[in-house]
Amino acid sequence: MSSEQMGTVSAKGAGESATSQNYWGYFSRHLRDYGILLAFVAILIFFQIVTDGILLKPLNVTNLILQNSYIVIMALGMLMVIVLGHIDLSVGSVAGFIGALAAVLMVNFEMHYVPATAICLAAGGLIGAAQGFWVAYYKIPAFIVTLAGMLIFRGLSLAILEGQSVGPFPVEFQKLSSGFIGDFFSIKKFHMTSMLFGAVVALVLAYMQFKTRANQEKHDFVEEPYLVFVARMIFMSGAILYFSYLVSSYRGLPNVALILFALIALFTFGTQQTTLGRRVYAVGGNLKAAHLSGIKTERITFYVFVVVGMLAALAGLVFAARLNTATPKAGLGMELDVIAACFIGGAAVKGGVGKIIGAVIGALVMGVMNNGMSIMGVGIDWQQVIKGSVLLLAVWFDVYSKSKQ
Amino acid sequence: MDTTILEMREITKRFPGVKALDKVSLSVKRGEIHTLVGENGAGKSTLMKVLSGVYGHTTYEGDVLYQGKLQQIDNIRDSEALGIIIIHQELALVPQMSIAENIFLGNERANYGVMDWDEVRSKAQQLLKKVGLDESVDTLITNCGVGKQQLVEIAKALSKDVKLLILDEPTASLNEKDSDALMNLLLEFKSQGITSILISHKLNEIAKVADSVTIIRDGATIETIDCSTHQVSEERIIKGMVGRELTERYPKRDCEIGQEAFSLKDWTVHHSQHKDLKVVNNISLNVNKGEVVGIAGLMGAGRTELAMSAFGRSYGQNISGTAYIDGEEVDLSTIEKAMNHGLAYVTEDRKECGLLLEQSIEKNISLANLAGISQRGVIDQMQEMTIAKSYQRKINIKCANTQQDVGNLSGGNQQKVVLSKWLFTEPKILMLDEPTRGIDVGAKYEIYGIINELAEQGKAVIVISSEMPELLGICDRIYVINEGRLVGEMPAAEASQEKIMRAIMNSGDKQ
Repeated sequence: MSSEQMGTVSAKGAGESATSQNYWGYFSRHLRDYGILLAFVAILIFFQIVTDGILLKPLNVTNLILQNSYIVIMALGMLMVIVLGHIDLSVGSVAGFIGALAAVLMVNFEMHYVPATAICLAAGGLIGAAQGFWVAYYKIPAFIVTLAGMLIFRGLSLAILEGQSVGPFPVEFQKLSSGFIGDFFSIKKFHMTSMLFGAVVALVLAYMQFKTRANQEKHDFVEEPYLVFVARMIFMSGAILYFSYLVSSYRGLPNVALILFALIALFTFGTQQTTLGRRVYAVGGNLKAAHLSGIKTERITFYVFVVVGMLAALAGLVFAARLNTATPKAGLGMELDVIAACFIGGAAVKGGVGKIIGAVIGALVMGVMNNGMSIMGVGIDWQQVIKGSVLLLAVWFDVYSKSKQ
Repeated sequence: MDTTILEMREITKRFPGVKALDKVSLSVKRGEIHTLVGENGAGKSTLMKVLSGVYGHTTYEGDVLYQGKLQQIDNIRDSEALGIIIIHQELALVPQMSIAENIFLGNERANYGVMDWDEVRSKAQQLLKKVGLDESVDTLITNCGVGKQQLVEIAKALSKDVKLLILDEPTASLNEKDSDALMNLLLEFKSQGITSILISHKLNEIAKVADSVTIIRDGATIETIDCSTHQVSEERIIKGMVGRELTERYPKRDCEIGQEAFSLKDWTVHHSQHKDLKVVNNISLNVNKGEVVGIAGLMGAGRTELAMSAFGRSYGQNISGTAYIDGEEVDLSTIEKAMNHGLAYVTEDRKECGLLLEQSIEKNISLANLAGISQRGVIDQMQEMTIAKSYQRKINIKCANTQQDVGNLSGGNQQKVVLSKWLFTEPKILMLDEPTRGIDVGAKYEIYGIINELAEQGKAVIVISSEMPELLGICDRIYVINEGRLVGEMPAAEASQEKIMRAIMNSGDKQ
């Protein structure tokens, strides 16, 4: 009881009784969550300085989103696979294959882009189902199944494209990646709709956080110190507003950013607030315990692979639309960036631990480093060395902070 | 030459919060077969781990004298260099390697790191002959039965020039014929001058081969009997093994026992890997509303397998028999069905099979009944928190808050979290497997209180426990299981530790 009361007092008293000990304790418990965020901010500031401010120019921020959207999309699915205790090596190949399929349908067969997109997403789901089937019901390690998938779909992309690049795509389809949301205001050189959209998002998020906190206080349970909460709200809203301001200063929000926001919101909700998400974490955390608690572990595994297949398909479409052509090499090596993003974002190799937002930030860390180093003129050779080192460092930090707990 | 090969003097070994061995002494004569008896958890295995170097000499108090010299054994390599070889109850063979490879594992016959396969195979052949195993040296371990594996382990020990052979319940999973052959082998070793220490629960074995018997109880030596001068009587051994004072207290329960809630008829289960081995053999039992029924037996008797097979066939294969709830036959073929019929099984291994250690208390409690905290698949986290807090209060889970990771709780509190998880499924029948294993006395008392409360609410409770005083203290009725068979049933009022032990030992003799 005493510790609960202390928690509430320190929260309501807005720091009066909150000692530095209290904050330290809170941060050391949440080292993993905050570590990655701080690292991301540090990387942003570093590259902002060494690139003489080019990094956060409106044009470059817009490019950052376009360049990394497909990695983020795949990272959402990959995170769930990793939380489940598996890995998916096939996402890059599947994305490439779906891009090729889209090109064949839309360019060679001149199919309308709406049914073609639907067919592509369904095909992604089917591919996921096929792989998930082997992993879930025949207990073949996902590493093997998806390694096979990686080879198979790489080969199939080559086959259906007959070794050629196929393009261009219909203009409407290109909009998926190169389009921006419309503007209902006519202010010169400023995309008011995007700015307003950002403001609304910031407000809604802040409202939800306040509501959750009020509810926690009502039930006499608050862990986060009040000042930390306020600081977090200010930082979050500030970041969203600043981001909106930047993109609005160029051409506004890209269409793909809208898709990303929707997916991130959906998957965060799905993993944190639904029974399905809870079961995924349970299966990854302790398979036997989950099974003995009446969870159909096979079915959960199967579902997750279906989802990751569909996301890989979507990523493939976005990538193809961005290049405006499907090439046999599309998606090559992407799975590695996606996996790295998840681990940088704090997912545990043995499963059961990891957050959607962590994977998203992990992908952004990779993206900002790619982009920043390219602006600096660092060659692709050293970029890889540095990215590899960052991955190792991030996972070391994770293991270290856990051993400290 | 001294007639004593090994003397362990006043060995005291502490684990955090527990004294596993308290000034235990053991003296073994050269060339004898010395049997070590005692209940589960009495400290036999710990003592043997001290001897074999699993616990280094700095981690315990007391002296180990071997061949007349004071020894400092720090690891298994040290003890093996002295010719002390231990064969554990869980065999340490690599299933996917051949017999020959296993025999020389870690002791490879090689020249400059290059395997000498001819030497390996011919030496292995000789060793197999010595232990009387008629099997090709190239056979994979996975294709050998337990009896053969046991012999391979012994051959492995022989390959290391063994002087003192320690066998930890070697016949626990063997049939009568294999057990007999193994005992004869020990006698033959004795004639070759090899000393053996045999940990066993089987009276017939002790009578057949033992030269002396040392009884250990609660981490202390009770007595050593020299079989050449004294008659070893069952009475004396059993009394020595279980004759402890009842120091723990058990809360009283006062409730009416109602109608039959759950029963199994002719329940038979085969081992999950060896489909010819029956781990549960034609058992019928029942439990009534408001009744606490205990299942006693030694480790490996088939108690856990019985409970898990009834709980949605979560263990074993080729399960036959019928289950009844409230007098009606029910289908318990999946865990979901079992849970829907009101069954709950609280595992004996809470860390491996019961908990999500890296997740919060709340998430662990709600895991088996997510429907109870959600609407249309969306979790109501406030409700989850409220429920977790209510259990925290009700059964006194000591924690900073309910969002704490379960991995950071003490064993007793972890057990309470597992119990809460199953209580939240609102079961009618609870099967509790070793509900107080590895937790302190205070927490045990609280768990007994919870069990009583459940019975008073009219739930049927089955308790599996290796601690006989516990069963005697909290049950209304006790079943005794040995080697997969039901070998005794008695009202707790008429039961005693001696009676339970006798039921177990007699059944072993009969086979």
